[in-house]
Amino acid sequence: MSTVLYEVPGPRGKVRNRVSNLLVVLAVAGAAAWLINRLYTHGQFEGRLWRQFQYSAIQEQLLTGLLNTLRAAGLAAVLALLFGAVFAAARISDHKWVRVPATYVVELFRAIPLLILMFFFYYANIQFHWGLTPFSAVVFGLTLYNGSVLAEIFRAGIAAVPKGQREAAYAIGLRKNQVVRLVLLPQAISAMLPAIVSQMVVLLKDTALGFIITYAELLYVAKQMGGRLTYGFPYIPTYIVTAIVYIGLCSLLSVLARYLEGRSRRRRKITGAPPPLTLDEGDASVAGRS
Amino acid sequence: MLSVLTDNWDLFRDGFWLTIRLFLVSAVLSLVLGTILAAFRVSPIPALRGVGTGYVNTLRNTPLTLVFAFLFFGAAKMDLALPSPYWAGVGALTIYTSAFVCEVVRSGVNTVSPGQSEAARAVGMTFFQVLTLIVLPQAFRAIVPPLSSVFIALLKNTTIAAGFSLAEAGAIPFSMSERGENQLLTLIWITIGFLILIVPLMFLQRWAERRTAVA
Repeated sequence: MSTVLYEVPGPRGKVRNRVSNLLVVLAVAGAAAWLINRLYTHGQFEGRLWRQFQYSAIQEQLLTGLLNTLRAAGLAAVLALLFGAVFAAARISDHKWVRVPATYVVELFRAIPLLILMFFFYYANIQFHWGLTPFSAVVFGLTLYNGSVLAEIFRAGIAAVPKGQREAAYAIGLRKNQVVRLVLLPQAISAMLPAIVSQMVVLLKDTALGFIITYAELLYVAKQMGGRLTYGFPYIPTYIVTAIVYIGLCSLLSVLARYLEGRSRRRRKITGAPPPLTLDEGDASVAGRS
Repeated sequence: MLSVLTDNWDLFRDGFWLTIRLFLVSAVLSLVLGTILAAFRVSPIPALRGVGTGYVNTLRNTPLTLVFAFLFFGAAKMDLALPSPYWAGVGALTIYTSAFVCEVVRSGVNTVSPGQSEAARAVGMTFFQVLTLIVLPQAFRAIVPPLSSVFIALLKNTTIAAGFSLAEAGAIPFSMSERGENQLLTLIWITIGFLILIVPLMFLQRWAERRTAVA
């Protein structure tokens, strides 16, 4: 496995790598054992801390939190895609009076911290009694931020289509609308898809900010559960459960993104340039592809 | 409008100063930790690669708010709490950001074609010569632009500390609502403050992108 940094090891190097591998495994096992022991000696595995997860009321509460998270993420994803499409279209417009304001809006919302965006809706509601719930503050905040990022992804994706495609399309007399709709977008979408899905992971993770503005999503529910005296403040058990849920959900999306990326890369290999020589599938680069 | 800022100048000054401190310290620490993790991920030892990959895949799929919550509420339960809320905040930001730094550094190193280092080894360079003279200078070009977006994200992420009783810029609205000030104007001023901090970083990023695009 020759990579950029390391040569294919010789006999001595192989032995050295194997020994260091064993040492690392031992160190990781030691760290894990220490952590588990630490948790054990501080009574984090006691039955009463974990007991509440057996009660259906608690399970329902967790489920409601999860559903609230998914509800906010789902609605925000749809709205953000719409927002992104509209502003990407505005940004590639030929009219300066459309393009320039759209650029400023997109850049502005990308620069403001998401939490501050949510605060705008949250506090504006308190001040002017707009009747917004924390749910809508979360959704609008997520929409504006992720929509702007998506607009940037769409624009970059369309710009990345080889120039000849656009020129050829104009040459046979298509209008701009047709060029974008019939020629550029179909090619751009498969290239953009991994980036779009990755942005959805970001969006899903950012719903956890709703915790700060009292939206009853998963993390908010977890905080309440962790703070229960009767179960001995089971913060660690609840956070372990919540982390598993979040990591599971986001990993699923990440796997999807990776799959799409691999697919579009394979497809490019078939239709495009001759395939690169694959003498050694350096396993570092395979394991390294996250 | 200006009076909201001038009357509460102490709040804004202290808030943004804490934001800047959180940002700078976590940026340096996550650069160090992220580079170490990237070294893990490209090493010839499978177990080290596994550690790096596991760390990155876990942290990239965890909300930063959860990392904060764990360090602030969970870690204390097993006597692992960091010495102060400030350091807990720095810890959460560092743990989270270093996963992203790791990915940037790793993919930067992987952009260098193996032929480069093979040629360098063929002329008899040692590992450190290959690393410092051949690989890193070329990788650097591919690292700087995405790294600056990671740091821009870090700066914006410092606001999450507001939810955990750290009085940085994102927490100004809490104190302002106690003082009964106009919240909308407060938020506009906070936005302006963040723009002042972020816009130079954005220009730096554009500049780095342009420079590396030409070379």
